[in-house]
Amino acid sequence: MRPKIEVREVGKGFVSDRGRLEVIRNVSLSVRDGEFVAIVGPSGCGKTTLLNLIAGFIAPDTGTIFIDGAPHSKPSLRGILISQQGSVFPWLTVRENLMFGLNGHAAGSTLADRYAEIVGLTGFEDSYPHELSGGMLKRAELARALVVKPEILYMDEPFSALDALMSLRMRNELLRILAKERHTVMLVTHDVEEAIHLADRILVLSSRPTRIQAAFDVRFAHPRRLSSAAAQDLRVAILRELGVDHDDPA
Amino acid sequence: MHRLKESVPALAVIAAVIALWWGTVLATHSLIFPTPWAVVTGTWELIENGTLWQHISASLMRVGVGFGLAVCVAIPLGLWMGWMHGAYRTLNPLFQILRPISPIAWIPIAILWFGVGDASPIYLIFISSVFPMIVQTTVGVHTIEKRYLRAAENFGVSRRTLFSRVVIPAVLPQVVVGMRIGLGVAWLVVVAAEMIALHSGLGYMIMDSRNAGNRYDLVIAGMIIIGLIGLSLDGVMRLLERMRWVRWRYAP
Repeated sequence: MRPKIEVREVGKGFVSDRGRLEVIRNVSLSVRDGEFVAIVGPSGCGKTTLLNLIAGFIAPDTGTIFIDGAPHSKPSLRGILISQQGSVFPWLTVRENLMFGLNGHAAGSTLADRYAEIVGLTGFEDSYPHELSGGMLKRAELARALVVKPEILYMDEPFSALDALMSLRMRNELLRILAKERHTVMLVTHDVEEAIHLADRILVLSSRPTRIQAAFDVRFAHPRRLSSAAAQDLRVAILRELGVDHDDPA
Repeated sequence: MHRLKESVPALAVIAAVIALWWGTVLATHSLIFPTPWAVVTGTWELIENGTLWQHISASLMRVGVGFGLAVCVAIPLGLWMGWMHGAYRTLNPLFQILRPISPIAWIPIAILWFGVGDASPIYLIFISSVFPMIVQTTVGVHTIEKRYLRAAENFGVSRRTLFSRVVIPAVLPQVVVGMRIGLGVAWLVVVAAEMIALHSGLGYMIMDSRNAGNRYDLVIAGMIIIGLIGLSLDGVMRLLERMRWVRWRYAP
């Protein structure tokens, strides 16, 4: 079966004061339609760069990215990026933010309200982002991405700015939505537990210049018990790939 | 009641300055420098004979026209320079040279070009307020957070939507800051410009009061009125900060 996303021998470097910095070297991977793939790796290894390349925000120096078999080079509504910083427009209300990507869709307002309801923001449609909590803001961002019905969600450490409880709640919320709506998801995270909680497959990146060092299938059914022996064994194996001993106090 | 309480220290300082002024004039037996009460009676005289309103409205008219023209030029130009790198590269050096030139230095040129009527002070106001607004607007566009532009790009909106729903609202708070600076400078300049070869306006009133009989009570009355109107104009500009597309910038 043709993969939804195919990254073929992609490389990327940046010019810095200290010369050319090679960030990604010859990375190839593929993601099936509807699959949830998490990418973990050491800090600064190029996880975000890889996601931005796949989403089309930056162009690779070498190699090609294919979506549904066709070369892909520009961001589009087919794949929406949710970033760590968030990009909900502070000058628009929740409803207006949700309608932003609908480009004057006839039923835009109704659709926006429906997705506000799906993420639990009913009653806050007319609120401005500064009137929302961090968790609500993330919900608004998620709803704004979902309302345009993207085939792919690119998530770059989307919940890392939230406290642990809110992050867990948002993960469950995301799983609940994904059970109803089919999306291919690529998640970049530094949190191994988050990856095990959410993903069907976890790719471990090496340090820079990054390449795929290991891949783990996560075969447990949802809802997942992260305290189970199998989940803990997987966590230890991933941490070992990242160079962290599982009983390392750090 | 709370706001009244908060104002007490500021009012106390003003009262102390007035008391010091009054005491100093009485202690030095000055024949020229007026007491605060003489300023109050002088102001009343100007109100009663109707000249105060004439001077205020003449100054406001000049500021209104000069500043209005500057807004019409500076905001589109600033947006264009902010958005188009070529326009910025081409025009910015010229503006950076013109910007630090004091409006007072333009007075001879203004009189040469526009004579001694209303056009000269209007030109001076225009030239002094247009640059701060161009700079603020340009900086506003340059400092739009990339994450918002990237989100708009991701949602594939048209260039028109990008400009009207992302760029302009993102820049508006900076534009308002530029307008506040521009109007403040305009009000400073109109008074200076009216001191030269004009027959109306608060600047003229101050110079005329001094020249025609050393009426320093009217000079100080004019100065205080200028200060109060300047404060009111800034208050009006601050109202713009409450606009829907601006107030997000000031949210906690």
